[in-house]
Amino acid sequence: MSTVPAAETLGGTQRLRDWIGDRLLLILTLLAALASVALMVLIAWRVFRGASLSWSTFGLGFITGTTWDTNAGVFGAGTLLYGTAVTSLMALIIAGPLGIAIALFLSELAPRWIRELIGPLVEMLAAVPSVVLGLWGILVLGPFCANHIEPWLGRWFGWIPLFSGDPSSSGVFVAGLILAIMVVPIVASICRELFLAVPSELEDGALALGATRWEVVRGVVLSSSKPGIGAALILGLGRALGEAIAVTQVIGSATAINVSLFAPGDTLASRIAAQFQGAVTKLQISSLFYLAAILLVIGLVTNLIAQVIVRRFDVQRAAD
Amino acid sequence: MGTMEQSFDLSGGGRSRRRRLANRLAEVVATLAALSAVAVLAIVVLSIAKRGIGEISWSFLTEPLPLFGTPGGGIAPLIVGSAILVAIATVIALPLGVLSALLLSEFASRRLAAPIQLVFDLMSGLPSVILGVFVFGLLVYGHTQSGIAGGFALSIVMLPLIARSTQETLRLVPQTQRDGALALGASRWRVVMGVVLPSSLGGILTGTVLAIARAAGETAPLLFTTSIYLNSIQTNPRNALPNMPVQIFIWSESADPEDHKRAWATALVLLAFVLVTSLLARAALARSRRKLGQ
Repeated sequence: MSTVPAAETLGGTQRLRDWIGDRLLLILTLLAALASVALMVLIAWRVFRGASLSWSTFGLGFITGTTWDTNAGVFGAGTLLYGTAVTSLMALIIAGPLGIAIALFLSELAPRWIRELIGPLVEMLAAVPSVVLGLWGILVLGPFCANHIEPWLGRWFGWIPLFSGDPSSSGVFVAGLILAIMVVPIVASICRELFLAVPSELEDGALALGATRWEVVRGVVLSSSKPGIGAALILGLGRALGEAIAVTQVIGSATAINVSLFAPGDTLASRIAAQFQGAVTKLQISSLFYLAAILLVIGLVTNLIAQVIVRRFDVQRAAD
Repeated sequence: MGTMEQSFDLSGGGRSRRRRLANRLAEVVATLAALSAVAVLAIVVLSIAKRGIGEISWSFLTEPLPLFGTPGGGIAPLIVGSAILVAIATVIALPLGVLSALLLSEFASRRLAAPIQLVFDLMSGLPSVILGVFVFGLLVYGHTQSGIAGGFALSIVMLPLIARSTQETLRLVPQTQRDGALALGASRWRVVMGVVLPSSLGGILTGTVLAIARAAGETAPLLFTTSIYLNSIQTNPRNALPNMPVQIFIWSESADPEDHKRAWATALVLLAFVLVTSLLARAALARSRRKLGQ
């Protein structure tokens, strides 16, 4: 111990440098984090401020108003909220079970090498830019739906108003399908992490009691990760609610609510993407800001719910 | 016990068969689900490759954008513009993200870290069209569109991604290494600069590349911030910069079949860039994390 130099023999400048270095790094990191938090506040503030003119003109009635008339200067988000809800729900109904099933395949069924092959491929699906998926949607999937899927649905389920009407290559149905493709990888990757985190003793115990693999999945894997699955579905829903570009490309455009899924529609995000550039009056721009504000609130609330579930139940954070 | 042995029926009756059937069915459904996702990816990629590959030539990649309604032309301005936009976004998001992650994992107490963490999680869930509207209101409204505005909007997409991937990498640096350096008398900042950052540099960089791949394909943040541009190569970020995502969007909405062909080819270039970089980055990330984790 006697060979360790006493504190005094360290150079004074060295200690000063360390003192300054420590403070400097701490301050820099604090500033960066504060800037990020401030940015988030700034986003909310600017969007809400942009909506103020429309807010003072239409108030809360904007949310339920179903008129969107650029010439008359009357705007409302009602049809768009309906369109957003229908497309997102359709995406979730398709992508939820599919994503969970994929996660089960990857975590419970597939041998290691297949898991390491297919897992990244499913995540690659999430990496496809939405504008590229939308291009494919409008030029390939849309015509395919109009020629094959929609006539078939109409023939068998046409008595349900949702599936009535003429098939068309752009509309709510195609938008829901495109959104489902975007949501699947989110649900699948979060759920896979959840299922892999289920203690293997529980699964082995159930297997040892004579349960089949499906019974293990139903009784142990799924039931012990219910909250996490909920969070995964909500995060997927959030993705679907906010997607603008691909939906704009395939949904057509509509100013009234159409009951048929085959008819064109519009969502909050797609209306913003479609009209923002061409907006002429201040009131129209402000109304588009209002739409963005509604979307922001919906997005924050869904994400907050998912984060609360994640934190409360200590779900692994897996998705982007 | 001896009398009970008689009552066991291990052959399984109808009930057992039903259970096995349900199990088989579930296995088939799960396998089909996974195959369908892979099939969709394959169909998307192949149909874009099939339609796009014929259009791609040296002149398509190097010539300026076609004038409205004229044949020919290329996408050089789009490639250059996209690169500049992503570079601007990286310059903003990388330091902010890495420094924030350092605060969260090296300095902050739980009470300070929790709300900051939440903000990043919320930011990564923001619909990207809102970022476009936000930056339009902040920088474009009353001024003009610019590459700076577009790059700034993209940086908000990248920031939470970089912060998270950096955090996950920092978490893998063994605590014993930090403790060892501290015990040798190193100050905190020397530990960070000399031990923590060097061993996590690879992970941070690949995380950044993944964020770049994601930002390169984002359209909505650019649609109102840098979408009205000239046909020639633009390098001044004060002007609106031509870029691939917005131009694919414009061409896909066009009625001209020539524009559709251009859209397919540009989509192929963009998709190839995004998929190849994110595949490579993922592979590198998995490798560096495995190495760090050991």
